[in-house]
Amino acid sequence: MKATAFVFRMAARELRAAPRRLLLLMGTVAVGVAALVAINSFTDNLQDSVRRQARALLGADLALVSRQPFSPAVEALLDTLSRGSRLARITRFAGMAYVPRTSGTRLVQVAAIEGQFPFYGEIKTSPQRAWSELDSGRHVVVDPSLLTALNAGIGDTVSLGEGRFVITGTVQSAPSDAGVRFAFGPRIYIPARYLPETRLLGFGARVEHEAFLELPTNVSAQALADRYRTSLLPERVRVRTVADDQRNLNDVLARLTGYLGLVALVALLLGGIGVASAVVVFVRQRSDSVAVLRCMGATAGSIFAIYLIEAGVMGLAGSVAGAVAGVGMQRLLPSVLSSMLPVDVTPTFSWSAVGLGVGMGLWVALVFAFLPLLAVRRVSPLSALRRPYESERSSWDRWSVVASLSLAGSTVALAAYQVGSWRRGAIFALAIGVALLLLWAAAWVLIRAMHRWLPARWPYVWRQGLANLHRPANQTVTLVLAIGFGAFLLGTLYLVQFNLLRQLSTAGGPARPNLVLFDIQPDQLPAIERGLRDAGLLHTVATPIVPMRLRSLKGRPVTELLAGTPDQPGGDGPANAWVFRREYRSTYRDSVVPSERIVAGEWSRPGQSPARVSVERELATELGVSVGDEIVWDVQGVSITTEVGSLREVDWARFEPNFFVVFSSGALESAPQSFVKLTRIADPAERGLFQRQLAERFGNVSTLDLSLLQQALEQLVQRVGLAIRFMALFSLGVGMLVLIGALATSRFQRVREGALLRTLGATRSQIFQVVLAEYFALGLLASLVALVLAAAAGWGVARYVFEGSFGLPVIPMSALTLLIVTVTVLVGLANSRDVVRRPPLEVLREQ
Amino acid sequence: MLQCQSLSRTYRSAGRELTVLKDITFSLEPGGFLAILGPSGSGKTTLLGLLAGLDRPSAGTVHLDGQELGVLSEDHRARVRGEKVGFVFQAFQLIPTLTAQENIQVPMELRGDRGAASRAIELLSRVGLGGREHHYPSQLSGGEQQRVALARGFSIRPKILFADEPTGNLDARTGATIIDLMVGLNRDLGTTLVLVTHDLDLAERAGRTIRLADGSVVADSAA
Repeated sequence: MKATAFVFRMAARELRAAPRRLLLLMGTVAVGVAALVAINSFTDNLQDSVRRQARALLGADLALVSRQPFSPAVEALLDTLSRGSRLARITRFAGMAYVPRTSGTRLVQVAAIEGQFPFYGEIKTSPQRAWSELDSGRHVVVDPSLLTALNAGIGDTVSLGEGRFVITGTVQSAPSDAGVRFAFGPRIYIPARYLPETRLLGFGARVEHEAFLELPTNVSAQALADRYRTSLLPERVRVRTVADDQRNLNDVLARLTGYLGLVALVALLLGGIGVASAVVVFVRQRSDSVAVLRCMGATAGSIFAIYLIEAGVMGLAGSVAGAVAGVGMQRLLPSVLSSMLPVDVTPTFSWSAVGLGVGMGLWVALVFAFLPLLAVRRVSPLSALRRPYESERSSWDRWSVVASLSLAGSTVALAAYQVGSWRRGAIFALAIGVALLLLWAAAWVLIRAMHRWLPARWPYVWRQGLANLHRPANQTVTLVLAIGFGAFLLGTLYLVQFNLLRQLSTAGGPARPNLVLFDIQPDQLPAIERGLRDAGLLHTVATPIVPMRLRSLKGRPVTELLAGTPDQPGGDGPANAWVFRREYRSTYRDSVVPSERIVAGEWSRPGQSPARVSVERELATELGVSVGDEIVWDVQGVSITTEVGSLREVDWARFEPNFFVVFSSGALESAPQSFVKLTRIADPAERGLFQRQLAERFGNVSTLDLSLLQQALEQLVQRVGLAIRFMALFSLGVGMLVLIGALATSRFQRVREGALLRTLGATRSQIFQVVLAEYFALGLLASLVALVLAAAAGWGVARYVFEGSFGLPVIPMSALTLLIVTVTVLVGLANSRDVVRRPPLEVLREQ
Repeated sequence: MLQCQSLSRTYRSAGRELTVLKDITFSLEPGGFLAILGPSGSGKTTLLGLLAGLDRPSAGTVHLDGQELGVLSEDHRARVRGEKVGFVFQAFQLIPTLTAQENIQVPMELRGDRGAASRAIELLSRVGLGGREHHYPSQLSGGEQQRVALARGFSIRPKILFADEPTGNLDARTGATIIDLMVGLNRDLGTTLVLVTHDLDLAERAGRTIRLADGSVVADSAA
């Protein structure tokens, strides 16, 4: 009891003295917590917005979705369900819009509306009444971007297939649209009753039929969905509810916020290193006081407690300051990210994010202070009398083990929390552990090397500076660890960002096709091919596309697979039901294309029976098939039996027609099919002209201008990049603070030595050169090792987390190395400024 | 009050054995005043450290107030120090972040004594620093700092006070005042004094002197 009172009284007195060194501790914790609070508040707000706006996202309580027109049974069900409530329908498909006045053409997403959609939320148009009056004539409402693309205006006539419509308004906001959707073409809304006039729903067109229901308040949409989901499966009808949408959206957003959260965690961990190095200095400063307190009878434990409380209070203050800053910055995030978010995010104060941020900040401050603080327990009371004869042994006792384990455990737990997965959290912490171990080894090698091989011919100042790396009480290990770890985290972050952005932007290329023609009917193909050849345009072999569905796998009907195993009738079916239910748009050919690679089995030979198919590797895993298994397909009502001949790996990022399933030649030639052709027209005007002529002659043939898609992707990449860089700035900020803090740990040693050297007649410039040599070597070694480690970590993340290729940007990485070395040397020189500014006697007397 | 028997201390430094103290034996009565003399490197400070329980001997025993120090753990010895021992150091060793008064209070607070604050103020005026309670060590001169240290050393009314060259960092006149104060407190409170010094004038005021050279006792005034 009396010991506790003493501990708290002493802690309060220590805090009153406001140790300036610990301001660094506060600062690094504050920046880390600010990043964490900003990100986590934003995530909370986002989830909150998704929850509040989910009904508006769907626009209804319940939706049925199918790739084919609803069967009479489904129509009957809709009839029953909509009794006493409202029903709306949307038919979606892609088509070419053409404005005769300006001759503009553009691939658009057509949505044919029937009924009072949406029931919840609002589609805002300009003029306002355009939406409500859509159904009153041959009207269309379009995305503003379409008007720009077609060079058209409100009042213009637009043709869709064979139908003619008047543009009556533009869509200002529709709640359910994420930015990504725009990439595949602007939207155009038409009244459903004029849909047949377009004649665009011919064979092979990809059409989505949706029915939306508004349910009475006493009917639970989720219960209905659960009841009918299984029975609708054989009808190939999917049921969507607000809750489903919300869950899917949250999954997508979790990936974005998970990455940002990890960046914030890196900032906080860097802050932890800042704490540790501040505490190292602090302990060294306080060692005399500690020895005296020990002489007077204070136990090691109570002295440790005094400083731990102090670190905790400073950490708490830093966390609170950081949380305040984080709440402020959180307001910036929605504006940075708004264009890629599907919901409007209003920044609101999130108690949980703030509480968690402050908690994590305090915890990190305590855990990172714990290990270096243990050193106060080893301060001998004897050192109040004189410097000890024996060098201090940093022996590992029980508490060091506890401290190290809690440090490791905390890192795993914090990482696991931020990314929402224990496994990833553990990998993250393991990578950090390996990096620290290798940095330590590098420091050890440097010490040995300097001890053995320092050439005697080198100038004195260099030998003196480099010898400092191995002399007793050297700081090599501490500084290499601190600088190196900071550089490692920064480097990895940069590499991940670089590769993420690179992966997103590797689409296209100078000589690649930039125009895709699809839904070409067999009878149109000769005319189109002739046209391309006559115009001297690049044209690829027409790729046939045959829509089909699975009928059975390895002898088991799909309906049975979907309903779950026979042992569990009525089960919800497999989690990946979609792969059994979806429509496959397959092709047939007799050779492998460059964007794919056989990984198992062998490519088909002509005339094999049954026909061979090559299945994309991941799909094969999901379907549970391998080479030699039987698959029966339903091709427009006709059964085709095939055997899996090979598995392929496909590079989907290439803008080429790629397929999940490729048939051997000879099996599908007579099936109903459409064709895809690729061409390249570099000039935008010529490209437009070509698309227009094609739309006039073959109304059903759609063209997809890849250059537009590429532009849209680039814009998206820029936005994502902006968000990522915004977050990386935090880490860079903390990283620099940590570097300065780590180097401050070395200040005492060097100031005294410098003063002695000056007393012995060294000039200022000689002192500077000694310092320069030492810090240059430290900075160079630490940053080189760290960046090699970062390259390894970056490769791992790019390869296994984002499943892409890895590129090493040489110039930026060299720049980062240079920056770290420069800052190291500058801070080292700044540390020594006392030596050269003040008379040596004054410095010596003070120490 | 203090007995040491065949006391030795060796250190390992850079792989070599270094014998600092060899076979020291003596004892001291309560209320006595012992001065340990000797040239630099003779082992004076090491002996003081062992006598005060700041370190463990390599061989031999130290009994302080009837208790053997060598068998106690470091925390246990800390408790013994807190109860019975006062210190005065050559470099004053005041805690820079505490005021003069708080520095004096620390040993009393460690024991959980009541009235630590008022006793600290009383002690301050006793050493002639009344009114300087709230000054920090950096605001005091060397002599003043040592007087605060002295007040701190005596604050718990220790049975024994160890002083390591208490005048070593002070000029002769200031040093003399410090010694006057120490002797006065020794007389008034009956505290046993053990002093390490190489100041012969100072040693003369002690009732007993032990002279060390190369880690061994070469002269003992009581022998």
